[in-house]
Amino acid sequence: MSERKKIAIIVHSGTLDKLYSVFMLSSTGGAMDADVHLFFTFWGLNALKRGGLDSAKLPGIMSVGTGMMKDKIKKVGTPTLTELLAMCRSTGNVKIYACSTTMAIMDVKKEDLIPEVDDIVGAATFLDIAMDADVQLFI
Amino acid sequence: MAGVSVDVELDCKGMFCPMPIVQLKKVTKNMKPGQVLRLVATDPGSARDIPAWAGKTGNKVLKASEDSGIFTFLIEVS
Repeated sequence: MSERKKIAIIVHSGTLDKLYSVFMLSSTGGAMDADVHLFFTFWGLNALKRGGLDSAKLPGIMSVGTGMMKDKIKKVGTPTLTELLAMCRSTGNVKIYACSTTMAIMDVKKEDLIPEVDDIVGAATFLDIAMDADVQLFI
Repeated sequence: MAGVSVDVELDCKGMFCPMPIVQLKKVTKNMKPGQVLRLVATDPGSARDIPAWAGKTGNKVLKASEDSGIFTFLIEVS
């Protein structure tokens, strides 16, 4: 088997379109036996709040088309964000971190977050992971 | 590939990325080394996605073919 790869992603955006990129890459990365580390910060943190994934919308003025986009996504058989998160977790290879500073700024408590969050961390933890990662992304 | 016996069938027709890969991981996890899986898919992305998955996970694509938009792969699990 080839050497195990590592993927580090900063999830900065909380909009539906960008979160799809995050969770499609993460579920696939996990299925490819890569260790995937997701660091949710700023607007991305909203995705980790209970019900956050289900209420994510398209950005800006396009938000009015969110329902239509979700219908189209459903029509081609692509899972919801919540279902993709479950697929990520079922690979056992995807770790989820919440940014502690964002939590303080936005007054988010640990109990406001979904149980899939592995840890609440700061920038040094992410950089420690990202410095020797094979793929680093900012989404 | 006459002589290769297929142990598990996985029908991914109609599925789009990332579903075939996610299903492939889920199914192969429960297979024994040396067993062979046949996957059929219609997502044109699978032509390269499936071999890429196999390369990274250490599994072996014994055969890959395409016939009128249906992609078929024989994969030996390691």
